[in-house]
Formats: sequence, structure tokens, C-alpha cells
Amino acid sequence: MPTPRRRRGGRTVVAVLAAFGLIVAACGDDDDSDAGTEASAENDGDTGVELTMWTRSATQEQSQQFVDAYNDSHENQVELTVIPNDNYNQQVTTAAGADELPDIFAADVVFVPNFVEQGLFLDITDRIDALPYADDLAPSHIEVGTLDGAKYVVPHTLDLSVLFYNKDLYEQAGLDPDSPPTTLAELAEHARAIRELGGDTYGTFWGGDCGGCYVFTYWPSIWAADGEVMNEDGTESTIDSPEAIEVFDTYRSLWEDDVVEPSAINETGDQWTGFFPAGNIGVMPMPSTTLGSTLEALGDDAVGVAPIPGPDGGESTFVGGDSIGISATSDEPDAAWNFIEWTLSEDAQVDVVAQNADVVARTDLADNEFSSQDERVVLINELVGVGRTPFSLNFNQTYNDPAGPWLEVTRAALFGDGTVEDALTDGQETLTASLSE
Amino acid sequence: MPDQALVQKRRWWSSRAVQGAGYATPTAVVVAVFFLAPLGLLVWMSLHEWPILRAPTFNAPDNYTAIADNQLFTDAVMFTLKYTVVTTVVLSLVALGLALLIQHSRTGVGLFRTAFFLPGAIGLAATSVLFLGFLNGRFGPVDPFLMHLGIIDEPISWVGTPNLALFSTIVLVTWRFAGFNMLILLVGLHAIPLEVYEAARVDGASGWTMLTRITLPLLRPTIALMLIISITGSLVAFDQFFIFTQGRPDNSTITVVMVIFRQAFVKHDLGGAAALSAVLLAALLVLNGFLLRLVRHREA
Repeated sequence: MPTPRRRRGGRTVVAVLAAFGLIVAACGDDDDSDAGTEASAENDGDTGVELTMWTRSATQEQSQQFVDAYNDSHENQVELTVIPNDNYNQQVTTAAGADELPDIFAADVVFVPNFVEQGLFLDITDRIDALPYADDLAPSHIEVGTLDGAKYVVPHTLDLSVLFYNKDLYEQAGLDPDSPPTTLAELAEHARAIRELGGDTYGTFWGGDCGGCYVFTYWPSIWAADGEVMNEDGTESTIDSPEAIEVFDTYRSLWEDDVVEPSAINETGDQWTGFFPAGNIGVMPMPSTTLGSTLEALGDDAVGVAPIPGPDGGESTFVGGDSIGISATSDEPDAAWNFIEWTLSEDAQVDVVAQNADVVARTDLADNEFSSQDERVVLINELVGVGRTPFSLNFNQTYNDPAGPWLEVTRAALFGDGTVEDALTDGQETLTASLSE
Repeated sequence: MPDQALVQKRRWWSSRAVQGAGYATPTAVVVAVFFLAPLGLLVWMSLHEWPILRAPTFNAPDNYTAIADNQLFTDAVMFTLKYTVVTTVVLSLVALGLALLIQHSRTGVGLFRTAFFLPGAIGLAATSVLFLGFLNGRFGPVDPFLMHLGIIDEPISWVGTPNLALFSTIVLVTWRFAGFNMLILLVGLHAIPLEVYEAARVDGASGWTMLTRITLPLLRPTIALMLIISITGSLVAFDQFFIFTQGRPDNSTITVVMVIFRQAFVKHDLGGAAALSAVLLAALLVLNGFLLRLVRHREA
């Protein structure tokens, strides 16, 4: 039975064209906010509906694979639109204001709380809870997509931060290529030894002018030492903790001792994952999704993967990637859920995700026929269960946006004239001011 | 009596005032729909807390009082003013130089005119991406070229320091707009009667004297027009900074419009963004009013 199209009433759409750059907005009520909680028992939602879906370019490849496989095997057809990373948030904002959101859209998991709070996603608590594997969905993605007990998103693509190390350079530097660093102090030691090789071979690298890169690569070391970067509500920064200071101190000393590839200070995040595959960087935290291209560039035997350690041991990871949900204004929540539910099925997770050496969204599928062929992939999949995804309503404006306070704080701590402790103590205040706005 | 009424009616239809109003109506409608209505809505938004999907709530004057505490906005105002002054001076001098070089028709001048104007045909966003590639330290051609010439020893980060970032952006903007401004000045130059120069030459005036006593004074209205375009355009600069410097390094190249953009699309504070836009609009109105008055005064 086809799902009846719902009518939205009383929605007023207003577009504002102000002379200089502010375009937007709209208001209105929404009378189908509870539509998503009515899980369709008599209809599985695959009724030949044309669905629209948005994703950002960072996760284009996996989203496209999902869509192609789904379209080949279902009556419903999903039309995927890929939007450049940098424009994604404003596109979503503008579209929401004009009531033009697609049926389904993915979002960088750290921005999800804000989108949920803005009311952009449909409440799909009942649909998620009805899944037999609900408890196995990447727990950190589910947590940040939950507001007041209601769940709005599920994991779509997962991208974890892990250490990549170059085994060839390890051997040349007299290090054991099968013993990656287990503490941050060891990482620094290994990086220094590799820098001793001289020339344009450097110990490590990071995106020094990229707020999101710091979050992704530094925070796991703080978490691994049982430190915190924010309070539970994400309204107060605790970046002046002893654990954070130690992490920043370690990286700063590497920078001061010329162990870091010099362009790190100006790396805006556009090319930061391109340095390690070039073969002249010893060890650095990188996104797990770059494993395939790195193996291609350096060869299967040259690349080692390890968890990101804390200053004195422990391990953690930043569970990034994209979550996906049904837009609050979708006319086809049942059909949209049919697609989303399928992406979480064993068939899709194993045949689409795992086969492509990507990280599966379900912990119960971490060890599968494809991942078991490569111990690096098993390691990455297992980290999903122990990793964390930070929660804050003001995450983007505080940490990711280059004009936010985080980038200034990190750069002052690592490259500034003062001490790390002073920079992080001052930064704690400005970060908290932004988080609590 | 009926005839008189008819005459009165005809008079009413044929009165000049009504005809004038009829002619002006289409323009008035366009202005009302596309400028006044959005402007009214902008001001209305600025008086509210305006979420993306939920109903707005009246909160005046909070959005305006918050501007005073917005350090990023204050810094952006200072940077935008600095950028406007430097860009306007550099752009005007380069444009004037180019216009003087190619004002007379000689062999090959057409080629130069086209070459100077050509960058103006490229979009500003495309130009910004072009410069991003040219000045890239890893694969851009500029650094190797300068190193080959011996001007620099190692690759430079062209947006690595606040001054270099500003310098690079001004080079970008000058490359993009100098040809257009040159064209404006060229029209003004061609409007100056040749007889004036001939008379000056007969009196033994030097090239410098002719430039300062004849060309520049007679170019004043044209220069004023170019200044208005350049100043207004610089005060609302966005594309080149959003794409090329992204406010880097350390927020040193953030313009006023970038702050408005951040308020609306990063912080999702549409009311606050509307208030900032309203303030910028008011500032531009005052400034343009002042500049136009200056032009009229000079013309008089």
C-alpha cells in the first residue's frame, strides 16, 4: 500500500535578500513532527518512491556505493546530491529555512547535536529501537544524536583517528617496525629518531591551521589519559587540564626541535592527509578512511596502524564520520527509513562497507569476512567500541570554524610566544564563552 | 454637465503627474518588491531571535546590543577599513597608470587594452581559487619561479602572516579589478578635449604639469565614481577572503561580511546576522551619501 503523501499546512516561507551576503530564512510550524515515530508495521516503505538525499563530499564515495546498491535492489530510488564540505552547513541551513531539505541527509557527526536541537531531523526513536541490533550501532554516534531521550540519527559512515606509521622509515631509523608507539612519549621518541635520518624526512606532521584536525588527532591522547576536553553538556571547556597540557607540550617540543614537517604551521586541513602517503613522514595520527589510498601509495608492507596513545599509555580514538537521519520536513519518512535501515543491514555493512575496507557501523560486525583479511582493519573496527565522539551544541562555531576560538588557542599553545599552560588556561575561558553561548 | 465631467475625467487621465506616476510605477514596484520588502524583513528579523525552523521570538534590542560585545566583529571592522584604504589607493594608482599608458591609439594598444581588461571577465571566486593554486607552496608555480629568479630562497606561505595575507589578497584584487577601473578612467580621459592639451603644449607645459593641472582636475568626477565603486566594493568584500585566506592567519583577515556569514550559517543566529547586516547597511548609506555629496560639490 503506498504511503499517503502528507500535507504540511500553514508553512510560511520567507526568503530574505539583504544587500550584502545574508540570504535566507523562513519560519513556520510543522505538523508532521511525530510522523517518524509511527513505524509502519504493514508497509516496509519500499513502494517505488523517489527519495532525495544529501551528503557532503568527504563521504561521497561510501554514500554513492550505498545508493547504487540500494537502487539496484529496491523499488524506491534515491537521488544523491553531493555538496562540497565547506558549503554543507550553510546549504542545510538555507534549505531548512526555505522548507527545501531533502528526505534524507547526512551530517558530520559533531554537527548533529546542533541540527537536532534546531529541529532539522525527525524523531526516529521507535524505528531505531525496533532494530534487533540497535545496541550494536556505533554507540558514540547514537549518543550525540540523542536529545532528551529521543533518537534522531544513526551512523552512516565512520571515520576514526588512528596512528599511521611508516615501517620502512622505522627500519631505516633503527626502530622496530612491529612496535608502534604505545605512549605519546614513545611517539615523540620515534619521531625524533626518524628526523635524524635528515633531509626532507620528518618525524611527524599535523594540520597546524585546522581546528577540526586538532580535535580529531589530539583529543584521543587526552581521553586516553582519562582527561576531558569539555564537561558532559559540552558547555564548558576543560582544555587547561594537566592531561591536555602534557599532550600539547609534547607536540610543541617536536615543533620546536624541527621534527615536524615545516608546512604544518600553515596546513589548513585541505591537504593534511596527503603528506604521510608521500613517504617522508614517520608517524602521525590520520583518518582511518585514508588507509586504502595510503596502502596504494606506500605499499602494503610499509604501512602500520595503531591506536592513538595517551602521554603515558592507554588508547582512544575520535569516532568521526557522518550520521544520517530523516529530515523533519520529509513527506516520505517510511520510504526514507527503508533506505536508512537497509544501509545498516548485514548485507550492506559487509558487502558495501567492509568489502571496501571501510569501518562498519555495527560493533557486532567488526570481525567479518573482509576485515579479517587485514589486521589493521580489525583494529580500526574494534576501536569503534572504545572511541568517543564529543558532544556540544556549539561545536562547529567553537572548534571547526576557522574563525572560532579553538584554532587561535591551539596555535597560541603550539606556535605562540607564551607557554602551553598559559595559552590553554586563557583558552579555557574563551572556549567556554563560545560553548555556553 | 455630463460633458464637463468627461472633460474633467480626461484631464485627470492626461495630467502630467499621473502620466509620470504611470511611467514610474514599474520601477517603483521592482524597488518595493526586491529592495524595500527584503529590507523591511531584514530589520524585522534583526529584532527577533530567529531560529531556522521554529517560530521567531521578539528580543529587541538584544541583537543590536550584542554587537558591542562581539570582538570578532570589532576586529573585522578595523581590518575591513584597513583593507579598503590600502586596496583603494593601490587599485586607483594602478588603474590610472594603465589608463594613461593606453589612452592614445597606437599600434598594439588594442592588445594591451584587451590584456589589461581580461582578468575582469573572470569571476572573483574563480580568481580566488586561481590564486590559491598559483601561490600554493607545494604545487603552485609562483614559488619555484621566484626561487629561479633568486628573489626568494625557499617557498613562502603567502597567507602565513597577516601582512603577507593582506598583500597577496591586494595583488589578487588589483589583478582582477585594475582593468575594469582602467576602463572607467579611460572613458573620462577620452572626454577631455585634445585642444586643452594642445593649448598647454603651446604654452610650454611639461608632461607632469599637464597631468597635475589638466588631466587629474578634469578627471575628478570619473575618479570619484571609481572611488565610490572601489570603496563600497571593498567594504563588503567577501569572496576573495572566504576562499583565498579563509580569515587566516589567526583571524587576521576576517571581513565584516564574513562575520555576518558566520553569525548566520555557522552560529545559526539569523536575527544577530540581520542586525549586523542592518548596521553595515546604515554605515554604507552614510558613507555613500557623503561620497556622492563630495562628487556633486566638486562638479558644482
